[in-house]
Amino acid sequence: MKKRILLGLGFLLILLSLYLVFLFVPTEKEMGIVQRIFYLMVPSAWTALLSFLFVFAASILYLASRKSKWDILAHSAAEIGLAFTSLTLIVGSIWARPIWGVWWTWEARLTATLVLWFIYLTYFIVPSMVTDESRAARFAAVVGIVGFLDVPIVILATTLWRGLHPAPIIFQGGIAPPMLLTILASVAAFTVLYFILLMLRVSIKTDEVELKKLRELPD
Amino acid sequence: MENFGYLLAAFSAAWAVVFAYLLLLLNRQKKLHQEINLLKEELKGK
Repeated sequence: MKKRILLGLGFLLILLSLYLVFLFVPTEKEMGIVQRIFYLMVPSAWTALLSFLFVFAASILYLASRKSKWDILAHSAAEIGLAFTSLTLIVGSIWARPIWGVWWTWEARLTATLVLWFIYLTYFIVPSMVTDESRAARFAAVVGIVGFLDVPIVILATTLWRGLHPAPIIFQGGIAPPMLLTILASVAAFTVLYFILLMLRVSIKTDEVELKKLRELPD
Repeated sequence: MENFGYLLAAFSAAWAVVFAYLLLLLNRQKKLHQEINLLKEELKGK
């Protein structure tokens, strides 16, 4: 029942945000129509960072309790976070090309985001080299905790270092009300989508653990 | 409309990735449920 409500809400929010992005929000004066990628990129980045917050918290809880449910949550959140970080980098690159004239530049925020992508890739690579499952989970948890240090760097990059990437405007009063409504709706849509994906991924990971236990049962 | 191609590419890429990932997860869940049910039946039979 809860799942259906969440799915329905997610679907409606996605439709609402698409309507706002393509039919409601006015075109930005300087960048033109391509500026609407903002309503995709910001929610994508937000979802990635939210996911890594879940990884961070679940990793701490796993190390403190050694309960597998926290490892399952951290692993699931890391996978989704990696997917949305990839999306942010791809979409950001598509936006950068017409605006900055390049697909990529080594400016602070982009570089910090790419570093974040590599950190969370490591979350999957390092434990896969360890045969003992419990040790692998502990390694992953450590990466999940230490890797989170890059998240505030990504967030503060445009404030700490001047570069091509624009400085924050959403909560600094630098955005017109129709644009604020559109970005908030898009962020809400992506947040609900995130929780749908997370619930699904956790369910799958839990099933994988159950399957393994069933296979290991004596004949 | 200038740069409309980039806008279309960004939204198409994003939703394609999201739906592909969602379909992958749903498919994996379906296969897992099938395997679990099969194993449970086999274990009951024993």
